[in-house]
Order: sequence, then C-alpha cells, then structure tokens
Amino acid sequence: MERRTIFGGWLLPAMLVLPQLLLTIFFFLWPAAQAIYFSTQRQDPFGLRTVFIGAENFSALFDDALYRQSAFRTIVFCATVAALSMGTALLLAVFADRDLRGRGVYRTLLIWPYAVAPAIAAVLWILILHPSIGLLGRWLNRHGIPWDYKLNGGQAMTVVILASAWKQVSYNFIFFLAGLQSIPKAVIEAARMDGARGWRRFRTITFPLLAPTTFFLLIVNLVYAAFDTFGTIEALTHGGPGKDTETLVVKVYRDGIVNLDLGSSAAQSVVLMLGVIVLTSLQFRFLGRRNPT
Amino acid sequence: MNKQTDWTAHIILGLGVLLFAFPVWLVFAASTQTTEAISRGEVSLLPDLSQLGIYAEVLERGAGHQSATPVWRMLGISFAMALCIAIGKIIISFLSAYAIAFFRFPFRMVAFWTIFLTLMLPVEVRIIPTYAVMAGFGLINTFTGLTMPLIASATATLLFRQVFLTVPDELVEAARMDGAGPWRFLKDILIPVSTTNIAALFVILFVYGWNQYLWPLLVAADPKLEPIVIGIVKMIGSESQTEWNRVMATAVLALLPPVAVVVLMQRWFVSGLTEGEK
Repeated sequence: MERRTIFGGWLLPAMLVLPQLLLTIFFFLWPAAQAIYFSTQRQDPFGLRTVFIGAENFSALFDDALYRQSAFRTIVFCATVAALSMGTALLLAVFADRDLRGRGVYRTLLIWPYAVAPAIAAVLWILILHPSIGLLGRWLNRHGIPWDYKLNGGQAMTVVILASAWKQVSYNFIFFLAGLQSIPKAVIEAARMDGARGWRRFRTITFPLLAPTTFFLLIVNLVYAAFDTFGTIEALTHGGPGKDTETLVVKVYRDGIVNLDLGSSAAQSVVLMLGVIVLTSLQFRFLGRRNPT
Repeated sequence: MNKQTDWTAHIILGLGVLLFAFPVWLVFAASTQTTEAISRGEVSLLPDLSQLGIYAEVLERGAGHQSATPVWRMLGISFAMALCIAIGKIIISFLSAYAIAFFRFPFRMVAFWTIFLTLMLPVEVRIIPTYAVMAGFGLINTFTGLTMPLIASATATLLFRQVFLTVPDELVEAARMDGAGPWRFLKDILIPVSTTNIAALFVILFVYGWNQYLWPLLVAADPKLEPIVIGIVKMIGSESQTEWNRVMATAVLALLPPVAVVVLMQRWFVSGLTEGEK
C-alpha cells in the first residue's frame, strides 16, 4: 500500500532516514559484506596476508564431521524447543480462553516470564536440575538414577532444552490466546450445534483456524532457539560436556572469538545468514508483512 | 448456560502458573539461606526472612572476590542500556518511517529495503566483522559501543510505517488545508495516533535491551561496563566456590526490573505485540 506524498523536498526526508541508514550500513551491511568476503579468504597465522581460496572454507566446513554434527544437533534442539514451548503454550491458551473466573489474573501470571533473560532462565533452572544443589537433580541421584548434566551429554541437552523452552512459553501463549480470541464465536457455536465437542471441535475447527498463528510462531521459535539461546547454553553447559550442547551459534562464537579461526568462522556466519534469510522469507511469503519482534 | 466452576481449566492454568512461579520462588527462598546449606542441597522452600539483608549486601559489594563489581552498578548499566536502546530505536525508527511514508525523495525504496535487510542479519551471523568495525571506531569498552549498534531496527520501522499508512486521508488532507508543515504534522497528528504503539514498543525493546547477552559479552570486556546478565553468568563460572545465596539474590534483582515493566504496562504490551498478527 502506498500513500500519496504530502510533503515535497528531499533534504528533510534524507535527514530523517540518515541516522537509521548510517547505523544499518556501518553495523549491519558492512560487517555482513566483510563476513562474505572473509569466507572466501584464507589468512596466514599472523593475520598479515590473506589469499582468495574461493569456496574452500565452505567445502572444508561441510567436510568437517564436527560441523555436521553441530548442525544436526542444532536442528534437533530447535525443533524440540519449538514443539515443547508451543505445545505447552497452546494448552494453556486454550484453557485461558474459556469464560473463567479470574482469567485476568491467570493471564498476568502466565505472561511475565516473557521478560526473563535467557541467561537468567538458566540460573533459575540450576536450583532444580543441578546434580548436587538442584531439587530434582538430587532427588534423581538419591533414587538410583544417575543424573549429572555436566558429564552426560543427553542429560545436558535435556537441561538446555527445558530452560530454553520454559522461557519461550509466555511469548507463544500471548500469540495463541490472541489467535483464539480472534476466531469468530459464531464459528465455534456452529460447530457446537453440529455436535462437535471437546477434542474433536478443537482438532477440526479451532486448530485449523489457528494455522497462521501457529506457522508464524513456528518460525519465530526456530529463530529464537537457534540464536537467542546462546546465553542459556553458556550459563548451563558452555556447550559441553565435550561438544554435546554446542549449537551452531555457540560454535561460531568459539571458533571466531575464542579460537580466532577467521575464515571458518566467516563461512559459518554466511551459512547462518542463509538460514535466517530462508526463515524470514518463508515468514513474509506466507504471512505478508507482519510484525515479528 | 450452566455456570459451574470449570475445574479442568483451573487445574491446568494453576499448574501453568506454578511452572513459572516455582523456579523463581525457589531462587528467592535460596537467596535467604546460607551457601553451605545450598551446596549440601538442603534448600528450604520457606525463605528465612531474617536474611533479607543479603540483598543490600550484593547490591553493595557483589559476589565472589573482594574486587567484585557491585550489583547496583551492573543494574545501573543494564538500566541505562535498556533505556538507551528502547528510546533510541523508537526515535530513529519513527523518523525514518515518517520519511518513507510521507515524503517522496530519490532512493526512497532503496532506503526502505536497506533497512528491511537488517532483519536478516542478527548479531550472531556477523560477530567478528562487527567487532572489527567497532574496534575501528574505537568503540570497544565504551557505553556507546554497547548500545549504538543495537539501535538500528527494521521491525520498529516497519511497524511505524504500517501505523502511518492507516492514518485516514481526510486527516492528512485537513492538516494540509490548515497549512501544517512537516514538523507540526508530526507533532499534532502522528505522535498522538501512535502513542499506544510507542508504549508497546517501549516494553518490548526495554526487555530486548535488558536481556542482551552476546553483544555485551563481545564489546564490554571491562567489568565496569558489565550489564547484570553478563555479571551473573560470570558469577557461576567457577562452580566450586560459587556463593550460591549471592548468585540467587542477584538473579532475583536481575529479573525484577524487566518483569515489572511487562506487568505494569501489560495492556499496551499485549495488544502491541500481537497487533501485526491480526
């Protein structure tokens, strides 16, 4: 949609967009271009000389079993976090949508975790899951179930998934509830008259009508799980034990900032960039220009 | 319609509330107990209210060794950072959306798509080059470096543009008849019609700013510039000597401000967040 121009001149509008444009160019476009450039270069160990090597960084990356494992791990992690937090949120939203005494209070008590930082969510879960100081962790150990997420990779994965999914439930809840409330009451009423009840009404009427919300949330959750859980993972496991919870973002941070492998880190950045581009385009393609935050 | 109490709903929602509240309660209870008790795994679910002094203590001297950064300082950094990012993003996006929606100037669409592209480029995909740019500008370990790169925002610009496109033509026409110049139009029409959006964005962006982790980790190596979220992860770094009660008190302090903002501004926040969805 376009609107008729109402003001002429070009100096004023240029000044108005300039701050945003400068920030975008210096801190987004230029670094992104650099990442693409460095992904085709090899740097000598002293950082004095770089040589163009084409796609070699990329082929080295895809040949690297560690990288492929990390990619696979990231996909499993993202899918589980999305499924878990969306499932929980949908269940809560369906019941919060009912005509209930005190539903305002319930809503407030269910949305506040939106504000909790991913890294802080990790700290909250330590007291529950830590093998020696955590409530549940200790209980498991005392009852003969060996539990230590600092040593057991599968358990470490479970812990970071739980903490990451927990933090995201509120966000999904807000959107599912808004989605449910926008379904016309007449549709639900008609289904009721036709005798569709409970689970069947939900499965055949409500859930299909929620599809746009669900799809939007799926993309947002995948992006969240892939990028915003860095703090959670760093606080709980540092990507360990070994590399068992090292997602692609943790890896790009390790290789780039800690191990200073410029070429490989740039290539990894470019791969991640493609991932975001695909996800974001899917979202805009299917949902139009909406407001993802 | 029968008005029986819907027990299933109350039970499920109650469990949901508990799922969120319990971890925080546990952390609060633990903050008032001794590190030794926590280390032995003997956390009582009842807080020891006589030990609330721990909060004053961490605010003043932090956790860990003698030279630890006091928590009030880290809270201050987080607060300043969240405010700067939220207000900066709102102003910059508001102005650029205004230019794009109401003016016709050369490269208008180029500007629009350039801003749009930032959606595709989160910090994580351009870590090292962005760091290099910051170093080039001499912005490492400065407050400007901590906030400025996070102020560019495609989402806020897109949102404001959408709001501006719904301003009725009659209103625009009337303003023009009155001879309103660009600034008066901005002040008398656009700001009033978008106050709820501004309030909602403020909540979302304040939380976004407060919760940043990766970027401050890169740019603020100096402990003097450490926001609380970084500080707390550092506190649990060396686990053998972690003073758990202090860590837990710090966690409570770190999550209170953004939670308070969300709860107090709940109404605008929820409608603003989901508005684009409908």
